[in-house]
Amino acid sequence: MTIKYKSIKEIKNMISHKEISNKEVIQEVFSLINQFQDLNAFITLNEENSIKKAEELDNNPSDLPLAGIPIAQKDLFCTEGLRTTCGSNILNNFIPPYSATVIENLENAGCISVGKTNMDEFAMGSSNETSFFGNVINPWGKDLVPGGSSGGAASAVAAGLVPAATGTDTGGSIRQPASLCGITGIKPTYGRVSRWGMIAFASSLDQAGPMARTAEDCAFMLNEMCSHDEKDTTSLDNDIPDFEENLNSSLKGKKIGIVSDLDLSSLNNDVVEIYQNSLKEFESMGAELVDISLPHLSLSVPTYYVVAPAECSSNLSRFDGVKFGMRSEDVKDLEELYIKTRSEGFGNEVKRRILIGSYVLSAGYYDAYYKKAQQVRRLIKNDFDNAFKKIDVIMTPTTRGPAFKIGSKGDDPIQMYLEDLFTISANLAGLPAMSLPNGNIENKPIGLQIIGNFLDESTILNFAHMFQNETNWHMYTPEGIKQ
Amino acid sequence: MSWETVIGLEIHVQLSTKSKLFSGGSTEFGAKSNTHVDLIDMGLPGVLPVANREAFYKAIRFGLATGANINQTSSFDRKNYFYPDLPKGYQITQMTQPIVEKGSIKITVDDYEKEINITRAHLEEDAGKSIHDMFEGETGVDLNRAGTPLLEIVSEPEISSAKEAVAYFKAIRQLVTFLDICDGNMAQGSMRCDVNVSIKKSGDKELGTRAELKNINSFKFIEKAINFEIDRQIRLIENGECVVQETRLYDSEKNETRSMRSKEEANDYRYFPCPDLLPVIISDKELKEIKENLPELPEEKEIKYINEIGLDESEAKIISSSKTMANMFEAASSKTNDAKLVAKWLVGDISALLNKDNIDIDESNLSAENFGILIERISDGTISGKIAKSVLEEVWETASNVDEIIQSKGLVQIQDESILKDIAKKVVESNPDQVSAYKAGKDKLFGFFVGQIMKETQGKANPKAVNEILKDLLK
Repeated sequence: MTIKYKSIKEIKNMISHKEISNKEVIQEVFSLINQFQDLNAFITLNEENSIKKAEELDNNPSDLPLAGIPIAQKDLFCTEGLRTTCGSNILNNFIPPYSATVIENLENAGCISVGKTNMDEFAMGSSNETSFFGNVINPWGKDLVPGGSSGGAASAVAAGLVPAATGTDTGGSIRQPASLCGITGIKPTYGRVSRWGMIAFASSLDQAGPMARTAEDCAFMLNEMCSHDEKDTTSLDNDIPDFEENLNSSLKGKKIGIVSDLDLSSLNNDVVEIYQNSLKEFESMGAELVDISLPHLSLSVPTYYVVAPAECSSNLSRFDGVKFGMRSEDVKDLEELYIKTRSEGFGNEVKRRILIGSYVLSAGYYDAYYKKAQQVRRLIKNDFDNAFKKIDVIMTPTTRGPAFKIGSKGDDPIQMYLEDLFTISANLAGLPAMSLPNGNIENKPIGLQIIGNFLDESTILNFAHMFQNETNWHMYTPEGIKQ
Repeated sequence: MSWETVIGLEIHVQLSTKSKLFSGGSTEFGAKSNTHVDLIDMGLPGVLPVANREAFYKAIRFGLATGANINQTSSFDRKNYFYPDLPKGYQITQMTQPIVEKGSIKITVDDYEKEINITRAHLEEDAGKSIHDMFEGETGVDLNRAGTPLLEIVSEPEISSAKEAVAYFKAIRQLVTFLDICDGNMAQGSMRCDVNVSIKKSGDKELGTRAELKNINSFKFIEKAINFEIDRQIRLIENGECVVQETRLYDSEKNETRSMRSKEEANDYRYFPCPDLLPVIISDKELKEIKENLPELPEEKEIKYINEIGLDESEAKIISSSKTMANMFEAASSKTNDAKLVAKWLVGDISALLNKDNIDIDESNLSAENFGILIERISDGTISGKIAKSVLEEVWETASNVDEIIQSKGLVQIQDESILKDIAKKVVESNPDQVSAYKAGKDKLFGFFVGQIMKETQGKANPKAVNEILKDLLK
């Protein structure tokens, strides 16, 4: 009996039918993590506590929805008593005195947090190469990046070490690595999941979500992750539906928006072909394709790279060596304390974004950059609002191509930023969006992105689940197809 | 050459909410360092602020009392700068949409009154404190104060002298204490102010270059710092030099202002809307409720004291000028039928004692209850005014009950005429020389006899009765 490549649903069944004990599940997770340590998917493990919790569950079986399910937590969520680094040297020694609401919600649902996954430093990156703790390897090829910033999470799920992981998505950090690692991930509507305890990158864009093998597991996770949280004033208090309820609804007559402004000619031919095949698959299930226009979409990347760095430049000011985290030694005065601590504590990409952000907010430039970007952001949101009047979902490729080689984009931040071309607009508009595997290029997976209307996670999960009922791209593993 | 002074004040008023502006941390003053600090105040990674509505209500009270516009939608911005006692590396403040705009307040200076316009009053969080003198070669940080709600009240540059500035500060202090939004305690830093000072030639329309004097926290220093600064600027210009725009620190020991940083060295605060906080919307219902529950203000009290209670104008002004005084007056009056006597004692002996000890009445040992009893005992004749003074002094020292002091010290006034007559006779008989001198026309000696009787009775004799008896005996 193994849990490798098993879904949450399957592991739940194995436990409840006593085919495997809770402790055996957790022990296998740690033995798999150990076996695949070259992936470098984890920064900190929580082995002792996890085993203890599993033993308790064996003694006192629980019927909580996620009882005994091993989950890998992105190292950006604060976990009480368990080191939380955000992939940065500056938080190398930080042990939070409290847990994020997401972590509490999941643990209250019975899950076992087995460890903290590697990530781009402060979630800034699309390849997991900016982590202070070393790059993560994509299980589909030892020279391939897993994508980022939730690269450790994607790699761990893709390699079958855990059935699911938490991720966060500011510009595509759940969807892009999900695409590159061949798994399923969803970024909910901004405000669905509390940001309390999530170390902020860009507060108006950050949103947590699940990464798993199937849309069904994502729905399952999302049911537990979402909550209205009084500790986060941007958290929504709209009703939270049962995300599983709608999974099997018929797609007959449902409308898929195809963005006419999107120039697919610059993409790899295989990506376009795979995308079009998926659209045909949906048509065969009764859905209709509708051309839509998002005229300001092309401004997404520049808009994002003003707004996100601006917010991050301010959010990261608290890392100054005064109260927590690392502090450089041998400084002669306060200014040197700041300069040395922040120079040694932050990596280059983080510094680059702090500089961009400080620049666009500075006196004399604010109107030209930050204010303008906020205005464009509003236009992009209006485009989506108009489009959703006549469609149910929008589909695009998630990424411009499959996983690229480690180091191949290292010197060119613009090329790296363009990785998020298709994903960024959903963050700017605050809309739910997901990625699911829809093909392979030279044995490297690639994903389809489905963007939903405000608060309409159920519909995109429905589309994704129906697709996964009809296709088996999500069943492929780096070792071949999993049955 | 004659010069005009142009002054604008930014007063930081610490709002007396129980918890901080964005966290549940306590705002209590004087606790052990870093004990009133929660996760949010510390700016830990991942924490988020939640705005305290009570702080908004208090700010709105100020707005209503100064006839200002209340922005029912107001928002927060971040002001970014690095300092060890600023835990997040930014201060959350209201830059673009302050809660209060365009109010005014009346000030009285010597013999004239003037209206000073208030540009805006906005909410922001206080920083912690850096402690430089406690650790050899190191700076300590105390975050107890971090996150305490402040209302920053910004005046128009319409104040034209140090005296007016002090009067303005006093008027604001009086108002915020009456509104019960700030304890007004300057020693604990509950009110601090920055002063912008510039000078221009009389009649010039254009303002001169201003200097900002930072963080002054007493009336005396406001006046001294401004006067020093005015002189400095006049000297500079008259010597053909220029005033540079800069921030200056007032040194109260040397009575001078010193340059802290120039405009070029000033921080670029990189203000932008705080993405963690949605705009705060105050409903019509909330606004109406605050309006209806607005406490009585000094001017209203003054008029009431004059018209309804019949106090003199000067008494009414003194008593209504301080919240603690007015509270004491109203509480003590409710316990006696003689409000005028209460006022007389408050303005007279009690004010003298307060001045001597340099304290506020609510810091003294005198409770309204006890004060009421004292007034009652005077008006029912149990004790004389003179005895009352010594009872008051005893209460001042020990906080003992007035009746107990009267009982235990046997201070009850002697009213019984036969007793007083006996004592008076004895005094007259044993001082034959004075009697003959008095009868020969030395009227002043009457006081001598009263004094002797008072001495015999340890001051307990009813003075009115003594007068009559003596007049009769010395006829």
